[in-house]
Amino acid sequence: MVTGEEHKAPPYMTVFVVLAVLTVLEVLFAFTSLPKFWLAVGLILMAIWKALMVALYYMHLRFEPKRLWILAASPIPLATILVVVVIKEIF
Amino acid sequence: MTAMTADRSPMAGMKVYNLKLGMWVFLLSEVMFFTGLIGSYIILRFAHPESFGAPGDVLNVPLTAFNTFVLICSSVTMVKAFAAIEQGDQRGLQKWLLATILLGAFFVGVQAVEYTLLSREGFVPMAESYHAIARGAAEGSAVIGGPLYGATFYTMTGFHGAHVSIGVLCLCFTLWRARKGAYTAGSLGGVEIMGLYWHFVDLVWILLFTIVYLI
Repeated sequence: MVTGEEHKAPPYMTVFVVLAVLTVLEVLFAFTSLPKFWLAVGLILMAIWKALMVALYYMHLRFEPKRLWILAASPIPLATILVVVVIKEIF
Repeated sequence: MTAMTADRSPMAGMKVYNLKLGMWVFLLSEVMFFTGLIGSYIILRFAHPESFGAPGDVLNVPLTAFNTFVLICSSVTMVKAFAAIEQGDQRGLQKWLLATILLGAFFVGVQAVEYTLLSREGFVPMAESYHAIARGAAEGSAVIGGPLYGATFYTMTGFHGAHVSIGVLCLCFTLWRARKGAYTAGSLGGVEIMGLYWHFVDLVWILLFTIVYLI
């Protein structure tokens, strides 16, 4: 899009249905009697899936140049370091 | 989808027009801002589990799940607005922008209702303890948690609500400009960067909802 290249229209409504279904699944999953660890893992995976759908299709990241991908991903290691290092202070 | 346009000419280096690059850099700073808030919550919850009640016992999960759905709907209406102006459809742009504004305002309204209900139960930012009355516990029983939970909950959701409110105001400005014919299929950078901000706010809420309300 930014480079001016033609591409197919993103599947906006399909993404919407996936987001809505995942939200319902998340709420149902949260009230199952699974061990807390696996509950958290499942919920976080579903949340990351939803976040990726929004970033890739609604924010059009999928159709952007690779350099913007690198820029967009740049805070992820910083954010991970921030949380992991402070958690290590606790344990 | 669209051909290269006057206000969206690719620039050297990042190959992204300046307005959009600026919005992305701003959003990346916002990622670190929300990481600080969410990270603090996670760390405090690990360090002081006795201060945090189970979200399902304290918070109104069904109401917030509905509100999450509202925000997801607003993301769809925002991309519909962008898709409309890509086709040069002025009426479509204005209609979908208005829908996004209404859904965003509704989200903030429901959040205000949620805060009111929670504060009536004693779940206020620095509450020493509180009762989960609405979730079935009898009044005077089921004392849960300490002040850290309220402080982190209201800080995170409050800052997000402020972002949504600012987004609604910016959307009103975008709609006002759209009504004056400021955007065309060849000049739609303003709509695109507005959309980037709005979708980012949705993305943050997706993560907040899971971490704060479900885990």
